[in-house]
Amino acid sequence: MILVVAEQREGKLNRASWEAIAAAQHAGGPVKIAVLGSAVDAVASELAAAEAAEVIVVDAPALEQYTSDGHVMTLAALIAEEQPSQVFLPHTYQTRDFAPALAARLQRALITDVTALKAPRGAMVFVRPVFQGKMSAEVTAEGPSPHFVTCQIGAFRADAAKRGSAPASVRKAAIDVDASKIRQKPEAPFKEAKQAVDLSQAERIVAVGRGIKAQEHLEVAEQLAQALGAEIAASRPICDAGWLPMDRQIGSSGQTVAPKLYLALGISGAIQHLVGMKGARTIVAINKDPEAPIFEIADYGIEGDLFEVVPALIAELKK
Amino acid sequence: MKIAVCIKQVVTREWQLRVNDSKTWIRDQDASFELNEPDAYALEEALRLKEKHSGEVVVCSAGPARASSVLREALARGADRAIHVEADALASADAFAVADALAAALRDEKFDLVLTGLQSDDQGFGQVGVVLAEKLGMPHATIIMEVKAEEGGLRVKRELEGGWFQWMTLPLPALLTIQSGINQLRYATLKGIMAAKKKEIRKVTPSAAASPAQKMLAIHFPEKGKKTQMLPGSPAEAAKALVQKLREDARVIQ
Repeated sequence: MILVVAEQREGKLNRASWEAIAAAQHAGGPVKIAVLGSAVDAVASELAAAEAAEVIVVDAPALEQYTSDGHVMTLAALIAEEQPSQVFLPHTYQTRDFAPALAARLQRALITDVTALKAPRGAMVFVRPVFQGKMSAEVTAEGPSPHFVTCQIGAFRADAAKRGSAPASVRKAAIDVDASKIRQKPEAPFKEAKQAVDLSQAERIVAVGRGIKAQEHLEVAEQLAQALGAEIAASRPICDAGWLPMDRQIGSSGQTVAPKLYLALGISGAIQHLVGMKGARTIVAINKDPEAPIFEIADYGIEGDLFEVVPALIAELKK
Repeated sequence: MKIAVCIKQVVTREWQLRVNDSKTWIRDQDASFELNEPDAYALEEALRLKEKHSGEVVVCSAGPARASSVLREALARGADRAIHVEADALASADAFAVADALAAALRDEKFDLVLTGLQSDDQGFGQVGVVLAEKLGMPHATIIMEVKAEEGGLRVKRELEGGWFQWMTLPLPALLTIQSGINQLRYATLKGIMAAKKKEIRKVTPSAAASPAQKMLAIHFPEKGKKTQMLPGSPAEAAKALVQKLREDARVIQ
């Protein structure tokens, strides 16, 4: 049996949970789905639509706000009861916060950021990115089960998750969650000052990455954006350096966009960036590294020096 | 505050990756190396905390002999001393093996705070920091964008997804994994580089490696999922072809 740990916040299911369910169903064998929180009945019945042996709810006041300690102790107890062969989770920031501690406490293998499963039903081989997505590694989990597997966001299709002919049964697990053992004291999540620009509505976006090299070079990207009628945006390192404001950042920690045209200048295409823009209809990549992962998802690519290509592009657009 | 910062040496982003003969890791004999970027931010945060609250910053790396160069660099930026857990096998070891090696080196020193970057640019497990916290029996928080020392503990700002954040408090000793961009990095001054030559790098040999939790079968360049049309020629020729494609085929510009 594969146990999928779904993720919710304030009673709202994280969509990536469906991707982990799809991956677990693809791996084969019966699937159970666990959800932790307080007053999460609506989430549980939403999950019950999946083709699953059952949905297990751990409902406790101490789980109302997510904490690593709360998740680790609860899931350790649940796993001891359920004895799954594998535990699948979505590779979210929350999973990244607790899953390594859980695996370490139980002394079981954890394979993170998995993009594909090979030879499912036999000895399972997991594919995961290394070197920031420039290469893929094929790995196996060693040692006794259960093995923990986190599924990269977007690698498995949520809409491929099989739905049951009737809702799966929902059961409340009787697990005591001792609030006094939770060392992290979280406050309410918040958003920084309102985002000034909503890039999700932009029809065309010119995005810059490390390849731009210096802040003064942004001007050439801005000229191209103007010639295309596009908004300017960036990958994380550019905003970290303060060259563009944080509200222009595309990726897992920034905005998610789906414009008609996305033109990536000097962006290598780390997965954290790709998840924010791969829904774009037409993707153009200009990069001097022919192995840059951005070329894997681009429709059109130009291998070259952006400081030569971009001025040529501006001139061509003005013709 | 006595702070440990765990850092890793990784191949530089510019280095053209090459696979070794057994196709299980890169052929890195002729590679160039640098400090893992998120770890640089962790080091900077530790130096700032020391400047504010006084104390000591100790950098620690688990890696082969060559990793001493990133320890030396950290000392030049202002760390007080270094610990090098040295073993060739640590160059491509899994997260549990690295965390084991670090835990053994750090445990007896009774640090108040341990910092790591949120993940490495090579393996990208995103596990070592959190596993280390568990092995040291410390509470942890990950993907941290601000650290404030308060009476008896820490108040830290966690980054959540999609522009959300969250403050949380936790008691010391604790471990934090630091997000890139939390601060502005400093670089080593000549004075710092000179001072680093006199600072201690203590070498530690790891005890027998634990059995690995994951086994690397192969690495390879990913297969292209989508057919990318590469536009060849001079910059002017490629630009002309691209504008034509965008106007006439994709129809995304006028």
